[in-house]
Amino acid sequence: MEESMQIETKVRAESGTESGPRGASCTLRHFACEQNLLSRPDGSASFLQGDTSVLAGVYGPAEVKVRKEIFNKATLEVILRPKIGLPGVAEKSRERLIRNTCEAVVLGALHPRTSITVVLQVISDAGSLLACCLNAACMALVDAGVPMRALFCGVTCALDSDGTLMLDPTAKQEKEARAVLTFALDSVERKLLMSTTKGLYSDTELQQCLAAAQAASQHVFRFYRESLQRRYSKS
Amino acid sequence: MAAGFKTVEPLEYYRRFLKENCRPDGRELGEFRTTTVNVGSIGTADGSSLVKLGNTTVICGIKAEFGAPPTDAPDKGYIVPNVDLSPLCSWRFRSGPPGEEAQVASQFIADVIENSQIIQKEDLCISPGKLAWVLYCDLICLNHDGNILDACTFALLAALKNVQLPEVNINEETALAEVNLKKKSYLNIRTHPVATSFAVFDDTLLIVDPTEEEEHLATGTLTVVTDEEGKLCCLHKPGGSGLTGAKLQDCMSRAVTRHKEVKKLMDEVFKSMKPK
Repeated sequence: MEESMQIETKVRAESGTESGPRGASCTLRHFACEQNLLSRPDGSASFLQGDTSVLAGVYGPAEVKVRKEIFNKATLEVILRPKIGLPGVAEKSRERLIRNTCEAVVLGALHPRTSITVVLQVISDAGSLLACCLNAACMALVDAGVPMRALFCGVTCALDSDGTLMLDPTAKQEKEARAVLTFALDSVERKLLMSTTKGLYSDTELQQCLAAAQAASQHVFRFYRESLQRRYSKS
Repeated sequence: MAAGFKTVEPLEYYRRFLKENCRPDGRELGEFRTTTVNVGSIGTADGSSLVKLGNTTVICGIKAEFGAPPTDAPDKGYIVPNVDLSPLCSWRFRSGPPGEEAQVASQFIADVIENSQIIQKEDLCISPGKLAWVLYCDLICLNHDGNILDACTFALLAALKNVQLPEVNINEETALAEVNLKKKSYLNIRTHPVATSFAVFDDTLLIVDPTEEEEHLATGTLTVVTDEEGKLCCLHKPGGSGLTGAKLQDCMSRAVTRHKEVKKLMDEVFKSMKPK
């Protein structure tokens, strides 16, 4: 039961967009996930996407400070620590995005007046960092046994100057791209839970990216399912 | 009687109104509050504006100072936005270091400036590698009644249009900057980003321009920033209930209409100000 399972999958996703001409073949990078690797947090997970790696730990449901407690649901808190330097305003903004995404899926009403803390540590950043953080947070919440009404995953799309769509861009591709869009999608109906974008893009391009992200999220959710199946089938 | 019901069951009270497709303050679901803007009221600032969205009041002051350009971009200046949510505007904020909401708003404004390229940073450079303008944009909220992001974006845009920078010449012999305060010129504003915020209720209903109570009762929020050509600078959806692609499309069209309204208002204000 204490053993940690290392699951590796190579995932390839073809472009899921309706209009053919723009969509180049969209490949997601190599995924890996390891759960239950830290002994102190109630749940932990390490998620790897290509060279980007994030370690997540979840404590909860636990005691909450009186001034932060909510009478009918759990108080969710997210702490994101960058690889180097002190956390700044950008980290605060990302913490808010991840926290609100988790709040939308975690069944807080089952644990009123408690706190659920998600701590994320960036191990290495090679592009698509926010998406990797979301995936690690989701896996860690599952490992901790926090009740959720759906799973969620993060997908990043990059649009370069001639409109080609790239999924799961590397750091170099992100820098050269005209726009980078990060989405969080839920597993039940593939609805858009969170979105944050950088750069200029048009309406139609947004819909294309969203459709591509929805198609890619299927692969991520399948990977979650397989990794959890393998973990629980052994023990 | 209604006030008692509102205190005990605020969400139910709200749902009764939403069923009739209107809100307690009499607005339609897609209607914005009265927007007023006043430019150039702060004499000590290089550019300023005051924006009121219903009761939400945000004032923006811009000061220009000299600074050395960054080493990795020697031909660029700086624009530094800062949103200040003080205890004056709402009981929810305490004095001290900026809280989370203020930091998130500052980051949002910085992203909008960066993504929309409202000002070309190269325009702020005076002498490459040696001297550049640094624009400190301070957005202070005087009254927080919801929809801070829209008000801040509008205030920033109006204040930037109002900024007048004096002419600067570098004296060849002394290598000092000579500022000619008599000769001032406006900034070159390339695009006009306008933010439109929505609140999601019960996972299905979308309302525009939420007040503070509506923001608390909502299950999610969404902010769309568009520019003139209908391009999106920012789609900020910090979690909350899921939305389908079709609902996003509706939001986009509402944002485009709002952009036209705001642009018209701004043009009127600046036209009336020109003879100075």
